[in-house]
Amino acid sequence: MPDLDAKPALAPGYRFQWEPVQGCHVLLYPEGMVQLNETAAAILSFCDGQRNILRVIADLENEYAAEGLREDVLSFLAEAVERGWVRYA
Amino acid sequence: MPKPPPPLWLLAEVTHSCPLQCPYCSNPLDLIPKKDELDTENWLRVLHEARQIGAAQLGFSGGEPLVRKDLEVLIGASRKLGFYSNLITSGIGMDAERVERFRALGLDHIQVSFQADDAVLNDYLAGTNSFQHKLDMARAVKANGYPMVLCFVIHRQNIGQVRQMLDLAAELQADYVELATAQYEGWALLNRDHLLPTQAQVREAERIAHDYQAKLKGKMRIYYVVPDYYENRPKPCVGGWGRVFLAVAPDGLALPCHSARGLPGLELHNVRERSIEWIWNESPGFNHFRGEGWMKEPCRTCDEREKDFGGCHCQAFKLTGDPTNADPTCAKSPHHHLVEKAIDTSELGLVPAKPMVFRQRNKRLEVKG
Ligand code: SF4
Ligand code: SF4
Repeated sequence: MPDLDAKPALAPGYRFQWEPVQGCHVLLYPEGMVQLNETAAAILSFCDGQRNILRVIADLENEYAAEGLREDVLSFLAEAVERGWVRYA
Repeated sequence: MPKPPPPLWLLAEVTHSCPLQCPYCSNPLDLIPKKDELDTENWLRVLHEARQIGAAQLGFSGGEPLVRKDLEVLIGASRKLGFYSNLITSGIGMDAERVERFRALGLDHIQVSFQADDAVLNDYLAGTNSFQHKLDMARAVKANGYPMVLCFVIHRQNIGQVRQMLDLAAELQADYVELATAQYEGWALLNRDHLLPTQAQVREAERIAHDYQAKLKGKMRIYYVVPDYYENRPKPCVGGWGRVFLAVAPDGLALPCHSARGLPGLELHNVRERSIEWIWNESPGFNHFRGEGWMKEPCRTCDEREKDFGGCHCQAFKLTGDPTNADPTCAKSPHHHLVEKAIDTSELGLVPAKPMVFRQRNKRLEVKG
């Protein structure tokens, strides 16, 4: 489990953007692309290298007026790091 | 027919000119001369139209795209349009300053290709002294904040050095390394008897690649795909004909696959005459192998047809004379022996009857039958 004070950011070479034709957010990287579901997109949009994990969780819960997102965020981040999308600043 | 899904990939083959002469080049023997190339304005329109129908990944390739003096203009435009742009280059034609300029203009990624891990073999295969400059450019790419992405095209002349290639990549602190298989089209097909590795070489290279993948996990990503000739199954043709991939050749011909030019019965259109939208959605060429209507046995009733869509039609054509045949790399194909025979030639270590032909820089090759 990562340090909750670590600050997730997109890995170099990755770009996160909205694709109007596909109607979803995508993550673009050298010669590849993944389409993101809404949860993944919401989490990634807060991974700016400025907020630590605790802030990401709090800001998400605030933005979506939800509670208990902690597990979702942690498991998504674990996978995103494993796939090389996200690094800790 | 329902409207096809949007293309995700636009491959802009901006020129066939190249300062190198790799014998494994998959460009056609009939290289498109400079005077027939699309001009800047047309390329800008292509980028705009492709982006409008949903293309997100853009590759600048060739030939050597750096030969185009307007590459900066095209890169700047693609960033504004929201493309993720990839420059696929030998590194010859840029210096550290040009890399910096690309960065400032918003180019997202540069892939530098190497012929080998040492200067002698690299420069022999490239036909030019280029190794040292490639090293410098790989470093310049990284110094500009890009991930370092290296590509080695693997074939019989260099497959014994996969370990050294990966060592070099690790030493350069590459982020990604692609060990790419020569695609047996164009010049590579002409030189196939010099290039096709043996089954044992392919498996050994695979073993080494897996070794390094484990060893360098988290540091360097290594891609190695066993060539279709050795797999008994074809690769899906460019992710499925007209499903994700759109290439535009230097002269403006829009292609569902970069080797589709010249397939019999295929009606292709030029971006000078038609919009990208029409070409992608409506043109007979892009609809030609969409769906399964074109399939014959054994593909038509095969339970794997949704996995590989019958394989590569260009390969089927070049090896069997009919693009609607199953790709002969498939063991179920009645023409599979043609592929086995080609591998056999390499197994037996037969000395090919014809010398290896190095690619011409930009002239056409006179092929005498
Ligand atoms: S028979 Fe055709 S569809 Fe089946 S695996 Fe072979 S190429 Fe693919
Ligand atoms: S198809 Fe042709 S048509 Fe498709 S990937 Fe292969 S070389 Fe290409």
